[in-house]
Amino acid sequence: MAAAATAGSSPGSGPGDSPEGPEAEAPERRRKAHGMLKLYYGLSEGEGAGRPSGPDPLDPTDLNGAHFDPEVYLDKLRRECPLAQLMDSETDMVRQIRALDSDMQTLVYENYNKFISATDTIRKMKNDFRKMEDEMDRLATNMAVITDFSARISATLQDRHERITKLAGVHALLRKLQFLFELPSRLTKCVELGAYGQAVRYQGRAQAVLQQYQHLPSFRAIQDDCQVITARLAQQLRQRFREGGSGAPEQAECVELLLALGEPAEELCEEFLAHARGRLEEELRSLEAELGPSPPAPDVLEFTDHGGSGFVGGLCHVAAAYQELFAAQGPAGAEKLAAFAQELGSRYFALVERRLAQEQGGGDNSLLVRALDRFHRRLRAPGALLAAAGLADAATEIVERVARERLGHHLQGLRAAFLGCLTDVRQALAAPRMAGKEGPGLAELLANVASSILSHIKASLAAVHLFTAKEVSFSNKPYFRGEFCSQGVREGLIVGFVRSMCQTAQSFCDSPGEKGGATPPALLLLLSRLCLDYETATISYILTLTDEQFLVQDQSPVTPVSTLCAEARETARRLLTHYVKVQGLVISQMLRKSVETRDWLSTLEPRNVRAVMKRVVEDTTAIDVQVGLLYEEGVRKAQSSDSSKRTFSVYSSSRQQGRYAPSYTPSAPMDTNLLSNIQKLFSERIDVFSPVEFNKVSVLTGIIKISLKTLLECVRLRTFGRFGLQQVQVDCHFLQLYLWRFVADEELVHLLLDEVVASAALRCPDPVPMEPSVVEVICERG
Amino acid sequence: MEDDAPVIYGLEFQARALTPQTAETDAIRFLVGTQSLKYDNQIHIIDFDDENNIINKNVLLHQAGEIWHISASPADKGVLATCYNRMSCGSQWEMGRKSFRWPITTSCCGIYRKAQARLCQIYCIENAHGQLVRDLDFNPNKQYYLASCGDDCKVKFWDTRNVTEPVKTLEEHSHWVWNVRYNHSHDQLVLTGSSDSRVILSNMVSISSEPFGHLVDDDDISDQEDHRSEEKSKEPLQDNVIATYEEHEDSVYAVDWSSADPWLFASLSYDGRLVINRVPRALKYHILL
Repeated sequence: MAAAATAGSSPGSGPGDSPEGPEAEAPERRRKAHGMLKLYYGLSEGEGAGRPSGPDPLDPTDLNGAHFDPEVYLDKLRRECPLAQLMDSETDMVRQIRALDSDMQTLVYENYNKFISATDTIRKMKNDFRKMEDEMDRLATNMAVITDFSARISATLQDRHERITKLAGVHALLRKLQFLFELPSRLTKCVELGAYGQAVRYQGRAQAVLQQYQHLPSFRAIQDDCQVITARLAQQLRQRFREGGSGAPEQAECVELLLALGEPAEELCEEFLAHARGRLEEELRSLEAELGPSPPAPDVLEFTDHGGSGFVGGLCHVAAAYQELFAAQGPAGAEKLAAFAQELGSRYFALVERRLAQEQGGGDNSLLVRALDRFHRRLRAPGALLAAAGLADAATEIVERVARERLGHHLQGLRAAFLGCLTDVRQALAAPRMAGKEGPGLAELLANVASSILSHIKASLAAVHLFTAKEVSFSNKPYFRGEFCSQGVREGLIVGFVRSMCQTAQSFCDSPGEKGGATPPALLLLLSRLCLDYETATISYILTLTDEQFLVQDQSPVTPVSTLCAEARETARRLLTHYVKVQGLVISQMLRKSVETRDWLSTLEPRNVRAVMKRVVEDTTAIDVQVGLLYEEGVRKAQSSDSSKRTFSVYSSSRQQGRYAPSYTPSAPMDTNLLSNIQKLFSERIDVFSPVEFNKVSVLTGIIKISLKTLLECVRLRTFGRFGLQQVQVDCHFLQLYLWRFVADEELVHLLLDEVVASAALRCPDPVPMEPSVVEVICERG
Repeated sequence: MEDDAPVIYGLEFQARALTPQTAETDAIRFLVGTQSLKYDNQIHIIDFDDENNIINKNVLLHQAGEIWHISASPADKGVLATCYNRMSCGSQWEMGRKSFRWPITTSCCGIYRKAQARLCQIYCIENAHGQLVRDLDFNPNKQYYLASCGDDCKVKFWDTRNVTEPVKTLEEHSHWVWNVRYNHSHDQLVLTGSSDSRVILSNMVSISSEPFGHLVDDDDISDQEDHRSEEKSKEPLQDNVIATYEEHEDSVYAVDWSSADPWLFASLSYDGRLVINRVPRALKYHILL
């Protein structure tokens, strides 16, 4: 059937393959055979990689297809192909059939050989397996024998093994027992040698066992022994603990051992604290001794050093040891420690405060600040350790308090310095008066006072500034950053000082200086100028300086410069007004005395200007010089300034004539009034004690106004004879000659003096005025 | 307002003496004495018609001499006393007290009297003023209080039980204060005259005899109630100057209240100008209501 298939297929493959060479044909053919085998064994057609797009397998004309129908194929060939092609197909077909046949033969031979060799191999294997079965049987029997033997050996050895184990156990037990029996002696030895740690370790090891076996008499004895020894040990430890001679670490060790011995922790920590207290109290006592009243106290830095290293260091050790040892105690223990620290700390603080209070009076700020710094720094360690005790806060508080007190102290110092300056000025004012050259010192004195106060302020600022220095440990506390700078230094110290200065100065105005010489007028003048200078420059300078140095960050409201300046200005104004009043009063008194003490009815014809008028002019000149030293000239009304003397005379005489002429005629008493009233209508009202301005002319005007008004009022209370009137005339003319130059508006002097003369005329029953020319002559002569 | 307009009356001579006719309580009447060395002095009796704002004057001659002070009898309308200087023989001066019988009854019959009273010092205020003390007046309604004024331009109020410190000090004038007068009915009103030609009326509520607003509680609970109560709390602080009168051109040496109308006062300056003024109406109602 295979032959038939090959015969049938060979002509089918002919037409497409004909142009190919015989070498290329071989693989093609083999592939075809291969495909057919595949087909035979039922493998799917698709697996054939060689022919992915094969012809339709159902095509009956496909020579290699499974459904090949020779009849259809032949019919097709016959119908479609010409003869030549048919002939070619036929030869091709024959050739293919032959090739297929030879291939088939070769395959059959090859397969046959392989079959034969396989049969041989199988036969050989059968033989080998039979041999192996025998070997396995023998192995099984041997294994059984071995198992048997092994079981027998085990049984034999079992007994021995148990005994060995037991022996080993007994050995260990014996060793333990030996330890136990030896324990008392060992403990004793340890105690004797002082190896307490070792002893406590032994005791700890044995404790449990002894506890367990205490029903056995022998163990019991041991336990009792041990207990006795342990008790002794504990006692010795306590003894050592109590002796306290050993330092804190050894004590801590003792406590640790005692704790290990099961002593009650509560009691121990009490005792521990009591001990620590003893030691710390000793420190405190020594500090107190340093503080003591009689021995010269060491400087504050040394004191705080001692305190820091002695007390605070000790406290640190105690706290650290306590926390380590009694950590198990929980919050109750911590509280106890905190209370302990708080109590001792407060005593320490009390001592420090006492010491610092001693320092308050002293001057050295840097030392104090350094001491405070150390104090504060030292307390930070226990502060961190014992947050509950609040030591650091308390320390900060103390530092703040000291700083505040320090500010107060500086303020006091500044005030004292100011008062000292004033005293100096008073003395300086009093002294040169004897020497007869009072004037020239005034400006110098002012400069001295101003510079000395300023330097004091600067020194205070510098001293206080130490508190806020970067390297000082407490300078970054909020108090020192904010309140200290703004409220303390700026408001308290600087503003406070300026205010108190103003107050002190003002008190000179209110004091019973009315009586006269309580305050030298020159001092008033000087203070007034000082306040004015402060208003114009110094206050803003100082405050700027302060703000710069202390970088005030606080938002709290501060006194603005303008307020302070206004206060200073007001003070200056009051002082100057008071000065005017005082000086005016002095001259007024002179004039008043001169008017009141004289018998004006029986005076002789005037020959001279009265001496008191000369004195008035002299004094006014002196005042002018004095004021001129400190105050500027000021503005005066421009009025016939150059040759005023001449114009004045003309003016005066003409006016006098005009005014007195009617009053000589007895028929017209009304005219006097009328004239003077009309006169007044056109003149300005004179405010006698009016506020003054800050210049020389204004001051002098004020003084002269007061004096002349006094003269006027006094004249009105007297009655004059003819010569009395003439004397007044002469005096007034003299005053006019010399006083006009001091005042802002000479018209004022004229008015007042005219008024005086007119009043005198009214108060004279026989008013015959002197000839103006004579008056002038007398005045010029005098 | 017409009530604030002062009434001015001029005398021919200089004058220092002014007094109300104390015993007269119906008519507003002031007496003014002149001070002239050369002419016969006069006493002006000045009647003020409040309704019509008219002054009626009546002049008496006072030939004895220049009048430094004048005072009317508080009991008898017809009696007044003057204090005068007389120049006799050129340079001789006499001080005397002279009383006039009121001219309506008897004319110019003088009664001389000399006071023979034994004086003893009850209290002494040392250093009351920096310079001379010019005048003083007792508070008519409050026993221990008095006011003084002087050359230091100040008016001081004293409690005579404690004379070391003044109770109050006013410093409003710019020259010597010559005269200080309490209002007789409302002693918070204090009048001062000064040689700075000013008259100042002050309201010294805090040291007056009238308690603050005690009447207000009873009567004035009408429209301004809450406004009032606010004011009441402030009232103790209201010591202030009510008004400064600047009608005078010369030094004012005398001021006084009318005895008939407590809201009216007169002031006299050296040039002979008499000015009659009233307390501002608003204040008057404030005090009364």
